[in-house]
This record gives sequence, C-alpha cells and structure tokens, in this order.
Amino acid sequence: MSIFEYNGSALVAMVGKNCFAIASDRRLGVQLQTIATDFQRISKIHEKLYIGLAGLATDAQTLYQRLVFRHKLYQLREERDMKPETFANLVSAILYEKRFGPYFCQPVIAGLGDNDEPFICTMDSIGAKELAKDFVVGGTASESLYGACESMYKPDMEAEELFETISQALLASVDRDCLSGWGGHVFVVTPTEVIERTLKGRMD
Amino acid sequence: MTKAAIHVPPKGGFSFDLCRRNEMLAQNGLKPPCSFKKTGTTIVGLIFQDGVILGADTRATEGPIVADKNCEKIHYMAPNIYCCGAGTAADTEAVTDMVSSQLQLHRYHTGRESRVVTALSLLKSHLFNYQGHVSAALVLGGVDVTGPHLHTIYPHGSTDTLPFATMGSGSLAAMAVFESKYKEGLTRDEGIQLVSEAICSGIFNDLGSGSNVDVCVITKGHKEYLRNHQQPNPRTYVSSKGYSFVKGHTEVLTTKITPLKEKVEVIEGGDAMEE
Repeated sequence: MSIFEYNGSALVAMVGKNCFAIASDRRLGVQLQTIATDFQRISKIHEKLYIGLAGLATDAQTLYQRLVFRHKLYQLREERDMKPETFANLVSAILYEKRFGPYFCQPVIAGLGDNDEPFICTMDSIGAKELAKDFVVGGTASESLYGACESMYKPDMEAEELFETISQALLASVDRDCLSGWGGHVFVVTPTEVIERTLKGRMD
Repeated sequence: MTKAAIHVPPKGGFSFDLCRRNEMLAQNGLKPPCSFKKTGTTIVGLIFQDGVILGADTRATEGPIVADKNCEKIHYMAPNIYCCGAGTAADTEAVTDMVSSQLQLHRYHTGRESRVVTALSLLKSHLFNYQGHVSAALVLGGVDVTGPHLHTIYPHGSTDTLPFATMGSGSLAAMAVFESKYKEGLTRDEGIQLVSEAICSGIFNDLGSGSNVDVCVITKGHKEYLRNHQQPNPRTYVSSKGYSFVKGHTEVLTTKITPLKEKVEVIEGGDAMEE
C-alpha cells in the first residue's frame, strides 16, 4: 500500500465567475478502518485563501501549522495578507526543501487574488506546481475526480451553480473510492461572502 | 535557548529531517510514492541562421495519469536565455528558477548581459553536486555577445554543445525528424516549422508527450515566446449544453454563511440608494 492511501482523501477545487469553490471528503481512516467522519482537510489561511491537504493526515496537519506560521510572519512584516500566487510559491518552496524526504501531502490551493480574480493550483508532494484555469483535484479519489470534473465542469458558473457542480462531482467520485467519502465539506468563496456547507453522502 | 530550539525559516538548501521517518514507514510496508509529477516530455532545440529556436510539448504526467494538459516547459533563465526541462517537474522548475535568480544577481553585479555558458556552468555544477538525484534533463538555448548557443544537460551534470538537440521520453521521435531534415542556415520560418514537426512527432508517437506545441525563438536582442504555437489536439468531447444541476439538488446537512468585510460596505451603499 502506498503511503498516500493510508488515510484516504478526496480534494477538488473549481473556478467560477469571480468566485471559487474548494471541497473535500470528511473521512479519516487507517487503511480500511474508519477513524473519524468529521475530519477537516481544508483550512483557512485568510478570508479569501484556502488550502486543502490530501495524503497522510499527520503530515497534512504539520504542514498546515508551518504554513500558518509562515503566513503570520508575513502578515507581521508586510501588514497585509498573502496573494494566492505568493502563497502557492511558499508552499512549493517548503515542499521542495524536503525533496529527498518529502511530506506525503498533495496540496490544493484556492484563493481570490487582486480584483477578486480566482486562483487555483495543486502540487505533488515535492512542490511541482500545476496551475489550472478550470479545476484541480487531489487525493486517493483523484482519478475519478478527474473524470467527473472533466465532464461536469463549465466555465463562468455563478456561486450557486458552482456549489451544485463541485458537490455532485465530489459525491460521484468518492462513491468509486473505498478510502474516501462519508459526506463532504464545501467552501464557496465569492468577493462578498464565504458559504460553508457540509454534504450528506453515503456512509459505507 | 539553543539555536536549534528556535524554529526560524531556513536559509536554503535541502532538509533531510523526514528521511529517517520515511524510511521507517517504508520498512513497515507503506511504500513511498514512486511517481512524482513528471514531464514525460519531448523537448527540442536547434540553431538557425539568426539564433536559436526551442520547442516543447505541454503534457505533464503522474504515473499513467495526465496531470496537466497544458503546462509550460520552456522556462525563463534570462532575457536572452531560455531553458526547456524534462524529468521530475519539481526539479526542472526549481533548478531553472534558482539559476535564473543567480543570473539576475550576476547581471546586477556586472551590468552585462548574461552568457549562455554561465547558465550552463551553474546548471551543470548543481546537477553534478547531486549526482543525478536532482533529475532534470535540460535543453538550454540562448543568444549572447558570442553568438547563438545550444546545449543539452543531463541529470548527472554532463553537457553537450550541439547544432540541434532533443531530450525527454520523446527525444528519439523528435531526433528522427531532425536527423532527416536539419540543415545549416535555416530561415526563421523553416526553423519554427522543423521544431514544430519534431515536437508533433513526439506528441503523436510518444505516450509521455502530448497536447500542444510551445515554441520560443531567440535572436540577437530579441525573443519571441509562442505559447501554444500549434494546438493539434483540441477537445472534441465537450457536450454543447454540459451538465446542469438544479439549485438545491445536493443534500446539505449544515450551511454557514460568513459575510466578508466588503459586504458591509455594499449594504451601506445599498441603504443610501433606497428611496
């Protein structure tokens, strides 16, 4: 078994019209045994910047703490929040530093930049950035998520439609992955508000 | 407090903190990932009458999965030097970024244009230091005060100086095209045509390469980055309407709406508008 499949995860982010959505499953398992069904994989960096960390949960939490630490130092020095692009570079640098002994994490970053331009990005566990204009996926369900998103995604969706699309793509994908599921957690971020929803899903 | 107890952001270089833990995990049967994001790639370069042309496909893979259908593999090194990267994506990206900033500092210090051999030495010494563990295979091209230059750099740090070069998993397919059609003193259009043809040969005959053709033309004092110069593989499977979901279709357990600061300003403006 690969270390990436130890805890199980599904992560996806999508871009809409002046908004973005980021969603994850809620299962934390140890191989095939479920430990928790309300696990948080998506964390807030600041109001308009979120990061989801797929992969080994212990590394996800450690990495998250380091990232929050670095972001707070940046806020103190610069007296402003990080732009999503800057933050993506920071995550990439932190991961690449451990090139030969990596964190087993695949980050998915989503944020609103200047002029509320949405930004999404993913990386592998050693910090190779992949910028996309439409959607990015990660975790053990990533293969089925690629398929679901590739067919369900449409450009320039409004917040409500984006929520339905990302939720359906997530729920459809985790049903084909044993290691992730147990409902979902979705953030839809528009320039004016953050809509945070938990989804009902299969419990097997 | 000892210096080690203060967790300050590191100054640079690799950290091997997690190596022992990762080895322990591997011994307990949890395999470390063998598939980092790769650019299983076709990258090429050639020298034509006024300078250098670089070319690349745009597919990035993670094992057998296409991770990115339109990534950029021609990296900026200096205004007059560009570099195509194949191998582990993180390594090509990091090594080119690192050398590009060293070159920028060198230019500030000397006030002169960077030379291609400078970039070449910096790249090969880094790669040789890591004995092939930093797996970046590069095609470096540029025009400087001494004329046009084209080099290939292997992950172990060896280099070649060539009039035409290919690298990556599609290098054989691309080299077949170059070997049969390359000649000295090509014009700009002939050069771009030949580079595109070589990349297309990689795209269609090598499974690790795919999608579009990127081209970069560098001449004395001028460069042109032709992103997606050719798009021979457009999407054909898009439904005209796409899926649409009715609002409220997904079963929601809880909803929390947090207005952001700007929202407050909008409401204030809205109140004033009434009447």
